[in-house]
Amino acid sequence: MIDIIKDLIFTSGLMNLTGGNLVMWLVAFVLLYLAIKKQYEPLLLLPIAFGILVVNLPLTFLMEPEHGLIWFFYKYGIDLDIIPPLIFLGLGAMIDFGPLIANPKTLLLGAGAQVGLYVTFFAAILFGFDLKEAGAIAIIGGADGPTTIYLGSKLAPHLLGATAVSAYAYMALVPIIQPPMMKLLTSDHERKIVMPKLRPISRLQKICFPIITAMIIMLVVPPAAPLISMLMLGNLFKESGVVERLSKTASNELMNIVTIFLGLSVGATMTAAVFLNPRVLFIFFLGLFAFVISTASGLLMAKFMNLFLKDKINPLIGAAGVSAVPMAARCVHKVGSEANRRNYLLMHAMGPNVAGVIGTVVAAAILLKNLG
Amino acid sequence: MPELTAPIAGNVWKILIAVGDKVELDDEVIILEALKMETPIYSDDSGTVTAIKVKEGDAVNDGDVLVVID
Repeated sequence: MIDIIKDLIFTSGLMNLTGGNLVMWLVAFVLLYLAIKKQYEPLLLLPIAFGILVVNLPLTFLMEPEHGLIWFFYKYGIDLDIIPPLIFLGLGAMIDFGPLIANPKTLLLGAGAQVGLYVTFFAAILFGFDLKEAGAIAIIGGADGPTTIYLGSKLAPHLLGATAVSAYAYMALVPIIQPPMMKLLTSDHERKIVMPKLRPISRLQKICFPIITAMIIMLVVPPAAPLISMLMLGNLFKESGVVERLSKTASNELMNIVTIFLGLSVGATMTAAVFLNPRVLFIFFLGLFAFVISTASGLLMAKFMNLFLKDKINPLIGAAGVSAVPMAARCVHKVGSEANRRNYLLMHAMGPNVAGVIGTVVAAAILLKNLG
Repeated sequence: MPELTAPIAGNVWKILIAVGDKVELDDEVIILEALKMETPIYSDDSGTVTAIKVKEGDAVNDGDVLVVID
């Protein structure tokens, strides 16, 4: 009898807890609080937080290779690159590229903001990360969760948890991070610039855009294929208007399903051993740095373009090149309307915002090609 | 007859005035919701509201007439 009880005690997780596990419980509880009470990106943060919690309960073998439930989710979902492209399929079915098609110059703003990624890459090297790790950290500046996870799983899976949490946390904090940079780098006069109405886009243009863009990008940067093909297919579903069932499923049910597996798997990579490492603090710092520099480079690109333009663009929209859709566009609109009540920059800012999504994928593909 | 048109596409969230109200230039007259963000729309003109062409919950497009002010 005593033996049975002794056995029960020694095989229980309780006896095998480490101090690190307890710290991770605290991290999980904090994230659960942020997700549930403060509603910070709950769709991602809640499953991530729960994943962190369960993987730090010893002897569950949930992440045991070839055996663990969550290991299988991770292996087939993230490691084999299925989930991030499916998220892009859903994203494409929800994105409206209209403002970008109406004003193709904004593609340059989407590209300009990606400059921040490269600056962060070099900063990460200076902090002692190796090339692949630096790439996985730099992509945080792209403000795109699935791309961060996609690149992270290929270049530095041991940093995946930290980079993903950074990316989603800073995306939620865009309304706090961006305005100071916007006010620092633009003059009051520039912020007041009113932008003329966007020209209307024909259905034909909206259908051709995803097809042509997909072809061009895949021909020029083949490693971008998994993400770009799915993004543009989703958009084609939406814009063709003839597959509403597929479009609806992609943007609702499919998105929700993969989000569940994504959050849980990413969270479950954050064991105490992997996460409680001073380098993780560097990642959080560099992630913030990436967002700030990308905002700055987008703004500066807009100001640069204005030197050559007769009809000036409002440089604030450059900040929306940081592709946190639509948080950055909303933020630009707010700051713009504070300067000039008659300015409705939201749709203008959506141009660079969606261009930034494409820009981040291309940047990730380039990093992958050179570092992978 | 100055018509106040929607500067962006969105949904009519709140209508802050009624027919017959007097409004001044730059008064907040309608709040639209676009991309989950409240966007206040300001009057182009001073005068009296003679017609309100939308009701709360309507979806409007860029350029749709919202309010007529005389």
